[in-house]
Amino acid sequence: MSDRTAARSGSLLEAEQLTVGYGAAPVLRDVGLTVAQGSITAVLGANGAGKTTLLRTLSGLLRPTAGRVVLDGQDLRGVKVEQMVRRGVAHVPEGRGVVTELTVDENLRLGGLWRHDRADAKRALDEVYELFEPLARRRRFPGHQLSGGERQMLALGRALVGRPRLLLLDEPSLGLAPRVTAQIMGLLRTLRDRTGLTVLLVEQNVRSALSVADTGIVMSLGRVVANADAATLRDDEDMRHAYLGF
Amino acid sequence: MDRFVFLTFDGLSRGAVYAAFALALVLIWRATRIVNFAQGAMAVATAYVGYSVSAATGSYWLGFVVAVLGGLALGAVTERVVMRFVDHSSHLNGVVVALGLVLVIQGVLGMIYGNEFRPAEAPFSRDAFTVGGIALLSRFDLFVFGAVFVVVALLAALFTRTSVGLRMRASAFAPDVSRLLGVNVGGMLTLGWALAAGVGSLAGMLVLPTELGLHPNAMDIVFVSSFTAAVVGGLDSTIGAVAGGLIVGLLLSYVSGYLGATVAPIAVLILLVVVLLGRPGGLFSRSAARAV
Repeated sequence: MSDRTAARSGSLLEAEQLTVGYGAAPVLRDVGLTVAQGSITAVLGANGAGKTTLLRTLSGLLRPTAGRVVLDGQDLRGVKVEQMVRRGVAHVPEGRGVVTELTVDENLRLGGLWRHDRADAKRALDEVYELFEPLARRRRFPGHQLSGGERQMLALGRALVGRPRLLLLDEPSLGLAPRVTAQIMGLLRTLRDRTGLTVLLVEQNVRSALSVADTGIVMSLGRVVANADAATLRDDEDMRHAYLGF
Repeated sequence: MDRFVFLTFDGLSRGAVYAAFALALVLIWRATRIVNFAQGAMAVATAYVGYSVSAATGSYWLGFVVAVLGGLALGAVTERVVMRFVDHSSHLNGVVVALGLVLVIQGVLGMIYGNEFRPAEAPFSRDAFTVGGIALLSRFDLFVFGAVFVVVALLAALFTRTSVGLRMRASAFAPDVSRLLGVNVGGMLTLGWALAAGVGSLAGMLVLPTELGLHPNAMDIVFVSSFTAAVVGGLDSTIGAVAGGLIVGLLLSYVSGYLGATVAPIAVLILLVVVLLGRPGGLFSRSAARAV
């Protein structure tokens, strides 16, 4: 796995000394990370470690008080949130990413509206329906009638309609049955292998995240306390006990 | 019976206007969770401008178009210059600012045009056709129905059939998610305010000739009726706003026809109270009652 990561070498995303919030206890402090092109990186840590804040900062929803985010060599300072998707960044937020008042089809179309290549946006939409069979059967259903797993599929599918380079996923396993979680993790791996998609994944579910990830980043109280191969993290008992709780 | 038929048509004709005006309130409520109390004053302002243009050019329709376009522009400016900067930590803030706008607009109109009632010309005869001795509708009533129908149909098509409409709905329901998907949420808000104010101005042009005429406060009572219509419909529901408008129009017409015109405003307020007590989510809302 790490061979392949090395083969597609080069980092897609870098964060340098990212600080969010003010005073003695900022939400993020001096966070640095590098995400390699075509890799899956898991961001782990307890509640309140700053994982979601990190994702929101990377996608531009939050502005860092210090530090910077670089995507593919370009500084993202001053780039508006609504421009991020045009640069290939898709952020699937935690829990309620689905617009529950809109239908499945409307949600998915929304993911491709920004694209000028209408034909490919349509193709991408059809691909998502092929990928997620349950969504195809519920095209006209409003989002609020979907199950948790279907909502997660919808949020993920909607991000894929934009054909992103970098996918930021916040707690995709939240509230899902283990079987569904495993499906989604497997899908991420397939997408990575097939399309070179880069994934940054925030997870509470350490086991399933490390099962799919190439690299793991462990956060605690707004700092990065470890950054290593997923396999290394899996085997590091001290780390697991101290920060990952298993 | 004759009287009942007449009052029914009269109520539907009034109701159509309330429906349009309530629709404008719903558009802004859905997008911003603000009840735009300034909508009546904004509509009167554009009506003054429209009638000034009509008087200067001799063309009613030029003034009509100017009033509606002026509404679009005023709505966009209101959002860009005022509402965008309202602190959203409390819903009350937007309401207070909107009420402030009412005072400013009505004050300025009073300074420019004076505080006396001016006649508001109707483009068509307001004499009702009679069929078999029963007075039904006037040409102007038909114009009102037609205009409201066209606006409702256009808005419905915009929201359900176009990608701009999809963007607008998404922005209203989930602004952060929409921005992550590349939607210019700020632009959609401006567009929403523009459309709402344009519809409000249209409603003003349709109702002012039937009421007392032009006056800075002329739309106040229309606002109360339309707000009630919007609440009856559930504030979130466009179909509800239209249905609520017709319900309020009929109620007003029957009450003033059978009990006297002075009772009518009270009937509207009673309806408002009954709906808020009995079904605070409105008659057409599917979701649970909202916290106001």
